[in-house]
Amino acid sequence: MHNKSISELSAGLRQGAFSSVELTRHFLDRIARHDERLNAYITRTEEAALAGARAADARIAAGEAGPLTGIPIAHKDIFCTDGIRTTCGSRMLERFTAPYDATVVSRFKQAGAVVLGKTNMDEFAMGSSNETSYYGAVRNPWDTTRVPGGSSGGSAAAVAARLCVAATGTDTGGSIRQPAALCGITGLKPTYGRVSRYGMIAFASSLDQAGPMAASAEDAATLLQAMAGFDERDSTSAQEPVPDYSAALGGDLAGVRIGLPKEYFGAGLDPAVAASVEQAIDEYRRLGAEVVEISLPNTSLAVPVYYVVAPAECSSNLARFDGVRYGHRCEAPRDLEDLYKRSRAEGFGPEVKRRIMIGTYALSAGYYDAYYLKAQQIRHLISDDFARAFREVDVILGPTTPGTAFALGEKADDPVSMYLSDIYTIAVNLAGLPGISVPVAPADGRPVGLQLIGNYFQEARLLNLAHRLQQATDWHKAAPAEFE
Amino acid sequence: MSLERADVEKIAHLARIAVDEEELDAVAGGLSNILDLVEQMKAVDTRGVEPMAHPLHMVQRLREDRVTESDQRERFQAVAPQTEAGLYLVPKVIE
Repeated sequence: MHNKSISELSAGLRQGAFSSVELTRHFLDRIARHDERLNAYITRTEEAALAGARAADARIAAGEAGPLTGIPIAHKDIFCTDGIRTTCGSRMLERFTAPYDATVVSRFKQAGAVVLGKTNMDEFAMGSSNETSYYGAVRNPWDTTRVPGGSSGGSAAAVAARLCVAATGTDTGGSIRQPAALCGITGLKPTYGRVSRYGMIAFASSLDQAGPMAASAEDAATLLQAMAGFDERDSTSAQEPVPDYSAALGGDLAGVRIGLPKEYFGAGLDPAVAASVEQAIDEYRRLGAEVVEISLPNTSLAVPVYYVVAPAECSSNLARFDGVRYGHRCEAPRDLEDLYKRSRAEGFGPEVKRRIMIGTYALSAGYYDAYYLKAQQIRHLISDDFARAFREVDVILGPTTPGTAFALGEKADDPVSMYLSDIYTIAVNLAGLPGISVPVAPADGRPVGLQLIGNYFQEARLLNLAHRLQQATDWHKAAPAEFE
Repeated sequence: MSLERADVEKIAHLARIAVDEEELDAVAGGLSNILDLVEQMKAVDTRGVEPMAHPLHMVQRLREDRVTESDQRERFQAVAPQTEAGLYLVPKVIE
């Protein structure tokens, strides 16, 4: 039952082959059996899930079911859920229950999806390995001595091990695509503003974007359909019409121009990853696409720019955690300043503190022009690289990550080497473009992700390319043997 | 770019994060490594380049100036560490 697609499950529910309660119990059993080893969930919501499943069964019986009604999913623990704890992977929010739902959460509720729980993540989404979570590292289902990637590592591991049908994630510098690549699933970061940020705990507001993580492009399209669209509660929500993503999946690729940025295939790329990506490029050629080399000359500047822009925005966003209105508060503060300083020192982990301090420094008097302003200018140059490329090609293709999943602890003491594992994903956030990671041939038994980058609001095109590849190959169907 | 202990103390104060004496060197090292990474930006000629604050060059949407939210003070204060009579409690700030 857990290897079926959303449309197969939805058909099974409507035809009465099984009920949503049965389907939900099946996934809850799998979580109970396997999650001890993976730590993909921070909070499990068995009772709420079963109540949701019963409501979905009633809706199905009444003939009012949509494509997601009764389908068990999981939310990254960055989305506020009314009545269910939201930790954001931090001690700061260990006992925080939001008084409202994020827009993403309420849209899935309206669609009748069943929520199995909240998935583990790097603290405040700051990390690329899931090791910064206060609730412990997540393990990669393909090799439990390795990281699942991050920050949406819990969602990626849960989908890969089939501890949920699909999950939500967020992506500020690669946090959907990188763990999707390392866990062998499909993950889409939509155009900035495509999905509402309301109720999604803010990290870097000009970069943050929510998206679907699923077993296939077809499933991701169904999820994105539910998530995308204007929301007046998000001041940067895009007022663009939402196309029918599922209808566009099968489109012919004849004549589609795919650009390969030479900077994404240079030094630093694992040759085994490059070989897997080459195989997929050959598939696209067979499907009729035209493949050309392009250049994104400012690629190497994306990581440095990101580590000014993202920390600057995070230092401002995380100022709200002051020990007064919500979140952790230290014992017996001497005065107000002591209350702020100790509550924040105790509530935040080392990586979050590091980024807040870098951002504070970059924004402080005398340094603003040299860091923040300079970074915003180079951000423009990076964005212009893409604009030029999209005058020549329809889609940009490359590896999602320079290597496969690394060992737990391998990069934990070296933040800068960790940051560089996001080298191919970060520029996409800086430019605000949509990007998708799709599993291709594994390397040394470990998953490899292919990244497709589209122009603004071209999610349908990306899903189309991903789907056609998945129809022509079986790479996305591989499942980790230990969790059959 | 290498930060001194005194720089870290100043930054930590601005960020309102307590840093223990014995942590100062390690924190200074960690922050300096990131600043070294960021240093690459210096070599780029950005004269005349417009800073980009927002990916889609959007303008802020305006809405009608009217009340849209109802009063939910009790619900919102239920998650606060300490409240009394509808107010958030903090240590005494005025003697």
